[in-house]
Amino acid sequence: MIKGNFIDNLPKVYGIYTGGFLAFIIIMAICEQMGMSAKVIGICFVAFTVAIYAIIGWLSRTAQADAYYVAGRQVPTVFNGMATAADWMSGASFVAMAGGIYFKGYGYMALLVGWTGGYVLVASLLAPYLRKFGCYTVPDFIGTRYGGNLARLLAVIVLTVASFTYVTAQINATGTIASVALDIPFQYAVYVGLVSILLCSMLGGMRGVTWTQVAQYIVLIIAYLLPVFWISNKMGAGFFPHFMLADEVARIGELEQQFGFVANSKENLAMVPKGLAGITKAHSAVNATPWAFISLALAMMMGTASLPHVMMRYFTTPSVKAARKSVGWSLFFIFLLYSSAPMLATLSKLSLIDPSLPTGIIGKSIAEVQSIDWYQNWNQANLMFVSDFNGNGTLELNEFFMGGKAVVLATPEIAGLPYVISGLVAAGGMAAAMSTADGLILAIANALSHDLYYKIIDPKAETAKRLVVARVLLVVIGFAGATIAAMEIQGILGSVIWAFDFAMSGLFFPLVLGVWWKRANREGAIAGMALGLISGAGYLIWVRNGGSGFLGITQLTFGIFGSAVSLVSMVVVSLITAEPNAATQRMVDEVRVPSGKSILGKQH
Amino acid sequence: MSKQEQHWEKTRGLLMLTLAIWFVFSIGIFLFGAEMNEVGGPFGYPLTYWFTCQGSLGIFVILIFWFANRQEKIDEEFGFSERGDD
Repeated sequence: MIKGNFIDNLPKVYGIYTGGFLAFIIIMAICEQMGMSAKVIGICFVAFTVAIYAIIGWLSRTAQADAYYVAGRQVPTVFNGMATAADWMSGASFVAMAGGIYFKGYGYMALLVGWTGGYVLVASLLAPYLRKFGCYTVPDFIGTRYGGNLARLLAVIVLTVASFTYVTAQINATGTIASVALDIPFQYAVYVGLVSILLCSMLGGMRGVTWTQVAQYIVLIIAYLLPVFWISNKMGAGFFPHFMLADEVARIGELEQQFGFVANSKENLAMVPKGLAGITKAHSAVNATPWAFISLALAMMMGTASLPHVMMRYFTTPSVKAARKSVGWSLFFIFLLYSSAPMLATLSKLSLIDPSLPTGIIGKSIAEVQSIDWYQNWNQANLMFVSDFNGNGTLELNEFFMGGKAVVLATPEIAGLPYVISGLVAAGGMAAAMSTADGLILAIANALSHDLYYKIIDPKAETAKRLVVARVLLVVIGFAGATIAAMEIQGILGSVIWAFDFAMSGLFFPLVLGVWWKRANREGAIAGMALGLISGAGYLIWVRNGGSGFLGITQLTFGIFGSAVSLVSMVVVSLITAEPNAATQRMVDEVRVPSGKSILGKQH
Repeated sequence: MSKQEQHWEKTRGLLMLTLAIWFVFSIGIFLFGAEMNEVGGPFGYPLTYWFTCQGSLGIFVILIFWFANRQEKIDEEFGFSERGDD
């Protein structure tokens, strides 16, 4: 059926794959009609998709360093865009983003602007130049541009701190979904999730991760868009929700006026299960100060441009030109999901609060709401809660509470979609969390194996030995992440945002100035990375322990402080020490020109 | 000025322009978020709301492709473009 080179056949391969997946959804829908239980459908969806990823991972196995680290640098732009989008969109984006918009409105949407605007910085400031450099990892660039093991080591440390913060959240998310879909306890489900993640990356490294991520993107985007369009049509809200929900948005505003936001007393709120929230913020009105919005967006944008697992995806393109275009494609594929999240939040909220809709529960009697099937299901899953605080027997807006994940997970059921959609959503969430976890674990393991082990500890190691070390590290890091995830210390979203702040504190300016400021030298970069990370982390610890903070910088935006310290210290220290030698300056000139050989050889 | 310096000067010019557009739609307009939201935007959404849902996001996508094309033109002009495909 397929002849010739795999790369040339990519559209065909993934076309067949997409068709196969759609056929699978239809078969599951038929099975549901014939009486297959919800539980079995959930297991089928997760097991089937994970098995496919594992097969792709196995087929991509390799023993070559450049295939393992950068997928042989032959990933076409559009496919790299899909892989980056899957790499980027985490379990948090998939499961929690619509919920965040639902509860927090405008203030939260700074994340949408930040997580997309950052790609402009990636495309214009960094990706093409790092591709020209020809590095395997981000610390590889720092180590070669500035020279010396200390700079390289610091870059490895910043990368590890940021990525590890992020990866525990992703393993946590795979565990949550696996435990619901397969009906096993979370502590075991975390390891099931981990094994699935490692199956994709262990044998093929970056090559395996690339081709599984493309497959995961296809699953997650279908799983996100299909319910949004279906719900919108079913509610009669509009055939194409993105362009047609203005009336619904306005209607929510009207209802908010009508119901009013009544504040609950402390005693009443204490009865609400942990993690659930009520609707307390306007849906489409501006409810945050300009600085609160802008500082969060800015932190996320600079963080995006510093996160190594994203940057390293652009090392896999065939050329510098392709790297630039590929950033555009990445953002396009991300845009498809991000622009749908607010629509889902709108549909979800309206369907619950509008008394004139059959699904609306506000204004109904408490007893009636408590007898609805889906309410009982999600109440049991600890994602929904009602209580008659004022004792009038009817449900008011301030008496209804929901978990953030419920917006994505429960809305299909509330809108009356068949269970097959819920199974699909579980598979999509699993794909989103797995693909991000794979990218992150690989970023850490590659930095440790290439930069720490090969470049610093044992430069004479042979390729075979290097790749064994890389794989052992992959497993060790995965297990460390899973062990911490199993302890359930932090929420998914909080730790994701911290990862951005850590990355920007330590890496943003050393990376950007490495390309754009020839005068930047080793001493400056070392000061920038070390002081940036330390001051950012210090600020976080200070605010977490009751510190008041300053300039409105919160624990979610501490990277703004960290990166400012990083910039100042890097510039000052660079200027008071000697300028980089002639060879380094020539190297910077070379990086700025797209044509010609890369700075680092094909095998290094 | 050498060919390489001229190339870099143009590249830097394009960067500044790109970052200026980026700044307007990621930061600039949100200084006036509350005022702008009183105005009706595309498809009937409140304007600021529309920018946070779709507008800024879509503009970033277009901006990156526009930037990539302009940069390629600059590279070609100075003979620095890579041979081969993408």
